Amino acid sequence: MPKTQGLPNRLGIRGWLGGGRWGMERYIYTLHRVTGLGLVVYFLLHIIVTSFRALGEAPWNWAMGAVSGGFFKFGEYLVFAAFAFHALNGIRLVLVELGFGVGRPIEPVYPYRTSVDTQRSLAIGALVMAGALAVLGALDILMMR
Amino acid sequence: MMRDQKLWTWHMGAGVVILVLLGLHMTIMHLDAILKFTALNPAGGEPIDWQNVVKRGQMIFFPLTYVLLLGAALFHGLYGVRNILFELSPSSGLKRALSALLIVVGLGLFVLGTLSALASFALARSL
Amino acid sequence: MNDSTPKEVLYRVRRFEPGQDRVPRWQDFTIPRTPGMTVLDGLWTIKQALDPSLSWRSSCRMGVCGSCGMLVNGRARLACNTQLSELGSGVVAVAPLPNFDIIRDLVPDLAPMFDSHAALMPYLIREDVGEQEKPTGEFAQSPEELEHYLQFSYCIKCGCCMAACPTVATDPVYSGPMPLGQAHRYNADGRDGGFARRREVLSGERGPWRCHFAGECSRVCPKGVDPAKAIQLMKRELVWDYIRLRKAHRPTGVAPKPTEIRRRPDIPEAPARTI
Repeated sequence: MPKTQGLPNRLGIRGWLGGGRWGMERYIYTLHRVTGLGLVVYFLLHIIVTSFRALGEAPWNWAMGAVSGGFFKFGEYLVFAAFAFHALNGIRLVLVELGFGVGRPIEPVYPYRTSVDTQRSLAIGALVMAGALAVLGALDILMMR
Repeated sequence: MMRDQKLWTWHMGAGVVILVLLGLHMTIMHLDAILKFTALNPAGGEPIDWQNVVKRGQMIFFPLTYVLLLGAALFHGLYGVRNILFELSPSSGLKRALSALLIVVGLGLFVLGTLSALASFALARSL
Repeated sequence: MNDSTPKEVLYRVRRFEPGQDRVPRWQDFTIPRTPGMTVLDGLWTIKQALDPSLSWRSSCRMGVCGSCGMLVNGRARLACNTQLSELGSGVVAVAPLPNFDIIRDLVPDLAPMFDSHAALMPYLIREDVGEQEKPTGEFAQSPEELEHYLQFSYCIKCGCCMAACPTVATDPVYSGPMPLGQAHRYNADGRDGGFARRREVLSGERGPWRCHFAGECSRVCPKGVDPAKAIQLMKRELVWDYIRLRKAHRPTGVAPKPTEIRRRPDIPEAPARTI
């Protein structure tokens, strides 16, 4: 790594959260990370909890009883909503990060139309669909009652 | 050591697999009251009721796709965690230790999940 | 400019004197505001009239050299290219580009960015070294082939994209948008044959894998280079290369010289030389 001189001035994790005057995609990037971490944490515990089904009915019912409180039910809804966002934004990222939907190299004429502008409709579409799924998930819980 | 070019490609591929399988799982578990999926929640009631668990456990489709989803999701999720941690610029020794820890956790949970999928398949078939 | 435009502007400048200050501090300057004034004009006014010790880098004052990249009102911009009128009527806050060490006042240490840039071999790599050193003609390139990389060749290496990137904010190993964009500029150049050599570096931690398309680099680029686009296109090439779908291209050769050249009959010969 090259030696640097002078006073260190990296933004650090603040640079993930707030560096000033951002576009939508920057906030979506942060939300994608947050939902991803939330999903991973839930998932690791989920593997352990659902493995109780191999032991029979009584252990399974005990395990399900242990995670049936209101806090857990709300948490599961958050997991569902997080998945909806992470998956739909993930589709957009797979497309965009393989170079589809970002446009071809062009002659830059001010005001510049960048790849961010070109893929903006994908981003909005992902957010709208994720929102719709989150609403459906909420309706499902209410209908179960 | 697998280089990032390869790991990232598999990360994307695993994401697509998860999209399909976890999308199906989420639909069964969280959208069943709206969509009324009787084929996959045949005993009625909640998706997590024991009867539904057994009914699904008897079809080979579920244990198979659970194991596939388990592997893809563990790889995708833990590679994502590795990315986030490595971007915080740990020392190279700490990077090796973190990679090893993530591999151990991933393999361990994969084994646990696969064994319980196979065991519950056998159990469901016997009921 | 009408009567309601303020006659003065307040500059809030981030100062840091190595050896004297432990941490950077803000210093306020009030200077006259003139029509068409840029942020750089204000800095010169401060230096000439108020505080000669204020330091920054600038050169061309017309947005082509890339020296004056700074954080103006929270966004990475070129000071010479930023009109005060586009900043609104409030305080003009000027700070050095983040994600680079501060040498002094508004001067960032850009050396790590140039080191990353050099590590990605930003030059044409070809096997015919003899032709490059003693050229017999020009390398062939059609306008369509030029379009594949021309946009990315407009980079002036100002560092604004590096300041805006969330990954560069925490990770010194990640190459950053400018070096990666320039690596793609050469990979996409039909005259270049260096993809395999650059791939050695690009397949690892210094590659584009920690770009997650936050897109801020392209939003702040003062020349419309769109490094985010270059990086995503490069990722496609590298993934296709891994799954063996990439069509390797041979670098273009020397364009054949026209052999049938005849003078048009109605054009007279040049007169005899007199010296």
